[in-house]
Amino acid sequence: MALKMVKGSIDRMFDKNLQDLVRGIRNHKEDEAKYISQCIDEIKQELKQDNIAVKANAVCKLTYLQMLGYDISWAAFNIIEVMSASKFTFKRIGYLAASQSFHEGTDVIMLTTNQIRKDLSSPSQYDTGVALTGLSCFVTPDLARDLANDIMTLMSHTKPYIRKKAVLIMYKVFLKYPESLRPAFPRLKEKLEDPDPGVQSAAVNVICELARRNPKNYLSLAPLFFKLMTSSTNNWVLIKIIKLFGALTPLEPRLGKKLIEPLTNLIHSVGAGRGADRAVSAVLISLSSGMPNHSASIQVRPARAGASPPLKYLGLLAMSKILKTHPKSVQSHKDLILQCLDDKDESIRLRALDLLYGMVSKKNLMEIVKKLMTHVDKAEGTTYRDELLTKIIDICSQSNYQYITNFEWYISILVELTRLEGTRHGHLIAAQMLDVAIRVKAIRKFAVSQMSSLLDSAHLLASSTQRNGICEVLYAAAWICGEFSEHLQEPHHTLEAMLRPKVTTLPGHIQAVYVQNVVKLYASILQQKEQAGEAEGAQAVTQLMVDRLPQFVQSADLEVQERASCILQLVKHIQKLQAKDVPVAEEVSALFAGELNPVAPKAQKKVPVPEGLDLDAWINEPLSDSESEDERPRAVFHEEEQRRPKHRPSEADEEELARRREARKQEQANNPFYIKSSPSPQKRYQDTPGVEHIPVVQIDLSVPLKVPGLPMSDQYVKLEEERRHQQKLEKDKRRKKRKEKERKGKRRHGSLPTESDEDIAPAQQVDIVTEEMPENALPSDEDDKDPNDPYRALDIDLDKPLADSEKLPIQKHRNAETSKSPEKEDVPVAEKKSKKPKKKEKKHKEKGRDKEKKKEKEKKKSPKPRKKKHKKEKEERSKGRKKSKKQPPGSGEVAGEPVHNGAPEEEPLPVRGTSAPPPHTCDVRGSLQEDSQVTVAIVLENRSSSVLKGMELSVLDSLNARMTRPQGSSVHDGVPVPFQLPPGVSNEAQFVFTIQSIVMAQKLKGTLSFIAKNDEGATQEKLDFRLHFSCSSYLITTPCYSDAFAKLLESGDLSMSSVKVDGIRMSFQNLLAKICFHHHFSVVERVDSCASMYSRSIQGHHVCLLVKKGENSVSVDGKCSDSTLLSNLLEEMKVTLAKC
Amino acid sequence: MIQAILVFNNHGKPRLVRFYQRFPEEIQQQIVRETFHLVLKRDDNICNFLEGGSLIGGSDYKLIYRHYATLYFVFCVDSSESELGILDLIQVFVETLDKCFENVCELDLIFHMDKVHYILQEVVMGGMVLETNMNEIVAQIEAQNRLEKSEGQGLG
Repeated sequence: MALKMVKGSIDRMFDKNLQDLVRGIRNHKEDEAKYISQCIDEIKQELKQDNIAVKANAVCKLTYLQMLGYDISWAAFNIIEVMSASKFTFKRIGYLAASQSFHEGTDVIMLTTNQIRKDLSSPSQYDTGVALTGLSCFVTPDLARDLANDIMTLMSHTKPYIRKKAVLIMYKVFLKYPESLRPAFPRLKEKLEDPDPGVQSAAVNVICELARRNPKNYLSLAPLFFKLMTSSTNNWVLIKIIKLFGALTPLEPRLGKKLIEPLTNLIHSVGAGRGADRAVSAVLISLSSGMPNHSASIQVRPARAGASPPLKYLGLLAMSKILKTHPKSVQSHKDLILQCLDDKDESIRLRALDLLYGMVSKKNLMEIVKKLMTHVDKAEGTTYRDELLTKIIDICSQSNYQYITNFEWYISILVELTRLEGTRHGHLIAAQMLDVAIRVKAIRKFAVSQMSSLLDSAHLLASSTQRNGICEVLYAAAWICGEFSEHLQEPHHTLEAMLRPKVTTLPGHIQAVYVQNVVKLYASILQQKEQAGEAEGAQAVTQLMVDRLPQFVQSADLEVQERASCILQLVKHIQKLQAKDVPVAEEVSALFAGELNPVAPKAQKKVPVPEGLDLDAWINEPLSDSESEDERPRAVFHEEEQRRPKHRPSEADEEELARRREARKQEQANNPFYIKSSPSPQKRYQDTPGVEHIPVVQIDLSVPLKVPGLPMSDQYVKLEEERRHQQKLEKDKRRKKRKEKERKGKRRHGSLPTESDEDIAPAQQVDIVTEEMPENALPSDEDDKDPNDPYRALDIDLDKPLADSEKLPIQKHRNAETSKSPEKEDVPVAEKKSKKPKKKEKKHKEKGRDKEKKKEKEKKKSPKPRKKKHKKEKEERSKGRKKSKKQPPGSGEVAGEPVHNGAPEEEPLPVRGTSAPPPHTCDVRGSLQEDSQVTVAIVLENRSSSVLKGMELSVLDSLNARMTRPQGSSVHDGVPVPFQLPPGVSNEAQFVFTIQSIVMAQKLKGTLSFIAKNDEGATQEKLDFRLHFSCSSYLITTPCYSDAFAKLLESGDLSMSSVKVDGIRMSFQNLLAKICFHHHFSVVERVDSCASMYSRSIQGHHVCLLVKKGENSVSVDGKCSDSTLLSNLLEEMKVTLAKC
Repeated sequence: MIQAILVFNNHGKPRLVRFYQRFPEEIQQQIVRETFHLVLKRDDNICNFLEGGSLIGGSDYKLIYRHYATLYFVFCVDSSESELGILDLIQVFVETLDKCFENVCELDLIFHMDKVHYILQEVVMGGMVLETNMNEIVAQIEAQNRLEKSEGQGLG
């Protein structure tokens, strides 16, 4: 024996510790992975030893390996073992490893609940501290719920070290378990004035985090923070408070005025140095978000001119916030900001870019963009260049192109941007091109000419390898040229460009667009030729198509292939007709008649639901799951497809087309979900007047319509200046004459007339087509909120007084089965109420509560005058119970899943009271604690019209079970209920019982006495009841692995017994669920209609069951370390099963 | 809230990796690598703030870092933290390390990763700043070291 010990310690001497491991890894640079896998094997060996020191050492090494990227989740159980070591040294190692590797998906995490609870209440403050620190990293909703109350207690711990940690961790608890916020908030508020600065700072920290997400709930704290701000000397706290005020001021403008003075004092009182810098910039940042006009931005300027880089950065950051409220004061710093674009620091450049976005106006847009374009040329590194590119597009397109006065200029900018190499934002440029071309009708001609030259140029085709690369613009170019082919100067040339063999190297989705638009182009050429009477020319074009299309038919992309082969057939057919000299152009172009309008992204969502339509109601009975899954259609088309695909009737003749169109119109008119065309007059078909009726757009001829070659946007800047100058002159003239007709044209909608630069008329009178929305679209914009935002749950009114039901659950037992079921109560109660309005009723249920020794029990009482109804009610109740038991949502009960089991005994008892007996409904929920104690929670509901007061509960103790009474009171005294009950109100009272032996079920008799007071006077009343503690209620659902289960059965020290119940029709699944639910078992293994189950009593008895289902019967074989307990349990189970 | 605290050397070798948000180990390594490349290409005399680490968070998050000799200390924080406040906190953390290890150098961090974690735990807890007063931090760490020592003696 001694030898073994010596051997053990020698072994340990040779074990590697963390330092050895690190050294080893450093010495094995070449074969590090191999060395580490060796080490992991050693660690696995070490973890198998019983010595906790060895285990801790192994876990410590694992933590290091985790940092290097090795998954250590396999050791989660060992980590828990080390966490539960008694020595702080080891405990700390365990908690560190847990905090690094545990997360919500770690299954063993539920095993830690009791360990953590024990550590939290440890006498050593460092044990508690280390547990809090660890928990802050891996808290789960379950842990938060179970431990919320313990942590709340720690918030008033005597040691400030614990207090501050407990306060801080509450934020994590709130996030995971929002119900705890309201009960905990008063104490949190209290901590704002804690004598210890650390605790105070923690409380400020937590409230700031909370307020950042839902500031309006914390407005009432403003005076308190105001006081703190003027009294605190801790810079950290000051910053947090100022940030908090930054969030509050927009909601309460008066606050801003109040803050000016103390803030200015602050700025002046902190001298030079780091602290000052920090305070100043923090002040500035928060000032900006809602202060009345203030010299804030002026202060930023000196900070930025020669300041250190961090300050420069912060200055810009502050300015971007000021910009939102005081754009003018920032615009005066344009020069500085543009300078910052040249800064060598990317962070500063990006910040400056951000600012520019907010600074543009109609006046300076061209200038700013020009400056940006030069930066694009100079920029090194694609990240920054891409950032510039997106910024340019953002700046130009913001608020519906509000600042663009000349769209030709914008198109030229876009075209210039296509020359950028290696950008990832080709699709962005493409989207802009499409958007502008579709929505600004006046620009189409220009756009088409630009796009056709893009199609022509080879450089775009060359870069086609990169996904999302610049070749994406060809997508837009092809589409624009096809759709607006009537504007093309040389359609034939463009057609050839689009049919070049090189096109096949483009990505599939672009080729598909090419194919589609080639036909559009073809159709328009055909029409031109036929009108001009050039039959041969028309045939030549058809021939070209027939020659070139096969290259697309061979494409690997399905979409391209399909479109191409359809179209090839179509063209071949046309060729046949042409050979017979039949005019075909009309029909071919009819394929593409009508216009496409932009549809607002939210349009579909905004279609109002017609009255009387319930979208949630089933039309037919739902099919089984498996079927419906298969049926769900998947998105077939490419995501980037931005247009509605046009229908392509293959060879329908004109008549057929017209007929179908008519039918469709009819259908659309009757279909409430179709977005009708009426709001936009442009959307007509060919038989209505063509495109020409669109509001006519006059083009100011001071700008040349066609710029030869590729456009240079710079030209526009110059032209624009001249134009503006001229406009100004003109206007002056006009003002003098005063008698002038209307100013040319109307302002396009979208721009606000209140702009300072209002007087700059756009170069073109542009009609920006707004996106289509359905009629009666709902204006609400709720859909912008993210329903998954975890912070939304914390949006809770904190000023409302706390309801009793909201109290945080005290230690309680959590039952895996019940916690999952949606909770509902009162169902049976309501039923009963209607049946016997004049009766007293009581129901008692209990909620299990546990700590190390777990125990639980259940009881219920229901005094009723007649016995017959009693049984019925029981059934009702057990049904209702299955749905579960918890108090209404929002009650603090949430955590305490009542553990219900066994059939509660109901004893009909005569009602003693004579006149108008005040009915109660009592739900008793038992909870378990240490030392074989059981807490019984009784919910008393007053159903009478009298006020109930002076309630006292007395129970006749048995040898086995005793009620715990206040110190000094005798066995016969009742325990007072600490509240009164006005009519219709319910409340919960808790009583503690001590239980000796659990092998037998037992009943306790008791009486509730009270005074009922109504208008006629007060009467003393009594209500008798019985508490029933079933054996099942002493069981605790404990998970068990099958190997452990097998060992247990083999051990042979269990006694055996069995029962059989006939006439059961319920499915096996439900049956098991019932046993789990009522008797607190968990399923270990299930094979067909046979299952093994396990549970454990609060006094440590193992109970194993084998449940077998036959034709119409169920047999239960049980093994248990106590035979009496087992037979009692089986009896109870028999009763349950008999009801199935 | 602080999302992550990373310490790595001039070659990108991690010396301390502390995430306050769950990421699988391989993603953690990837984040460390990406962060390293982001800060490596920045001069020492430009500002200590960096936006655009794409792996953690998104636009609300910033990297705030300091470079000491061979080590980078990088904090990834969201907009509720003050930039200069965090810079100061890094300084507090490093000074605390200096006190606890007596002239801290990279080797101390390499061989005593666990101790560095324990020190960090007294500064930042679950992503929230716990204590900024260095004396208080050092006092708590020393008390815990004493406790550990006394247990070690008890062990014999």
